[in-house]
Amino acid sequence: MTAVEARDLRRTFRTRTGVLRRTATEVEAVRGVSFDIQRGELFGLLGPNGAGKTTTIKMLITLLLPTSGTARVLGHDVVADVREVRRRIGYVFGGDRGLYERLSALDNLRYFSELYGVPPREQKARIGELLEMVGLTGRERERVEGFSRGMRQRLHIARGLLHDPEVLFLDEPSIGIDPVGARELRATIASLIDVGKTVLLTTHYMFEADELCDRIAVIRAGEIVAEGTPGDLKRLVTVGSVVEIETYGVGEAAVADLGAITGVQSVAVEERGQMQVLILHCARDAEVTQAALSRLDGVRVGRVGTREPTLEDAYVELVSRT
Amino acid sequence: MKQLLRQQLVCYRLQLKVITTSWFDGALAVFFPLMFATATLLIYGVRDDPEAMQFAGLGAAIMGMWTCQGVIASSLLTRERWAGTLELVVAAPTSMGRVLVPTTLALSTIGLYTVVATILWERWVFGLELRIESWPLFVTSVLASALTLAQFGFFLAVTAVRYRASWSLGAALEYPGWLLCGFVIPVATLPDWLHPLSWSIPTTWAMEAVRESAGGGSPWRDLLVCLVLGSAYAVLASFLGRQLVDSARRHATLALT
Repeated sequence: MTAVEARDLRRTFRTRTGVLRRTATEVEAVRGVSFDIQRGELFGLLGPNGAGKTTTIKMLITLLLPTSGTARVLGHDVVADVREVRRRIGYVFGGDRGLYERLSALDNLRYFSELYGVPPREQKARIGELLEMVGLTGRERERVEGFSRGMRQRLHIARGLLHDPEVLFLDEPSIGIDPVGARELRATIASLIDVGKTVLLTTHYMFEADELCDRIAVIRAGEIVAEGTPGDLKRLVTVGSVVEIETYGVGEAAVADLGAITGVQSVAVEERGQMQVLILHCARDAEVTQAALSRLDGVRVGRVGTREPTLEDAYVELVSRT
Repeated sequence: MKQLLRQQLVCYRLQLKVITTSWFDGALAVFFPLMFATATLLIYGVRDDPEAMQFAGLGAAIMGMWTCQGVIASSLLTRERWAGTLELVVAAPTSMGRVLVPTTLALSTIGLYTVVATILWERWVFGLELRIESWPLFVTSVLASALTLAQFGFFLAVTAVRYRASWSLGAALEYPGWLLCGFVIPVATLPDWLHPLSWSIPTTWAMEAVRESAGGGSPWRDLLVCLVLGSAYAVLASFLGRQLVDSARRHATLALT
């Protein structure tokens, strides 16, 4: 059964500039987005900054009205049945904001329990369970202003789950969290699916999407450019393999020279401290390693390796296509 | 009904905690009304007229309440917007009115504190003993001031859902309000064309009721007008709240970006 259904969603923002002569500018943030999310599915929405991910989520959670198109959450229209949609969804976003800093974690959860209509008799037990789930038991009486970003993020998740929503919208929940915190967060998100929740997740971290999502839609400039399982997306890319060469002090001319090798589709340079890692995206069946090394004559070279394209490679190619 | 009352009570208690747990804000709430009262009494003290001091003393007591409730209420939702909680509050299945009522009542509590603190300050520092002919009527009038200012603040607060800069409306009202509501000068001394504006603010009537009850007159007519006006603002705010939330969803003004 479909939990979330978006049909040709569009959203235009109008801004005005100038003092005396006001000029209106229109920006189409979302341009005809359509997708379905089945119940119990973890659906990822990936895209660069400004691609329209948050705008899409905000239309689905009733914070923004679509300019056109329709969307339904658990069968309820996001424009006409606002209250019904709000009762059934949870919303969690990343970053430091979204909590009452001067209140303790417990008071934050109490406050939102009241606003989200958690029955008084169930509140205490529910808050206790959620604090346990997000690993904040024992810290609940501390003020949020003293919390680390990871703790805040976990508290956000607890807040989003207070009223036991059937569908959860997670907008970049792991942004700015350290690797250990992010790993714990991924485990928490995975556990939500185990208990039957439907999740729409946006993230910039490809390994996170690869690990968690059942299906992914890649959004670019307000349009969905690809949709499928992580495996489907990896197969979509034209790259056959990726060659990574560690170098020290490689020049721009040498990088450009590598791009001219037959079978090399693109070359990217990743700075890692003193080292530059050259990432060569190669066509299927192309053997480029020897040719590349010969063109790096005079450059100090470290490890050389070949790997299969990752979801990140697929993502970069999808959002870079013109 | 029981659940609604519980919700309002819990939200009131937690919002009061939000307002009172900051040392900086707390210090401002403690000292600002006292400074306003000091300035007013020093100016009026020059005339050495007990009637004038009584007028200024009562006005200064309500002046702090005006600042605490009317001015701060208009920046309430702007603070929520900055904190990133406004979207979460709007996305809740609870109506905006139910969110704002306990918040504005929490501000009323601070407003009532300022009245008591100012009266004590006037007595201890300036030796001004306010003549209160009827304490029950005086207290009733002060409570009506707090209630109707909460309703007026509720009205100012909902406009912030739609307009990001509406907090400046409250700030702009602070000092003109001292004149318009008759805190420091009688409303009758204002130009005629300003009178309708004065009369449209419930606090003008509340101030008059406070003066009447302190002077031994009947405050009931002023209290009635004050309560009717305050209720009208509350009803208007409830209606506008829904419209403005929809407008904010249309114009994307709930978030900072």
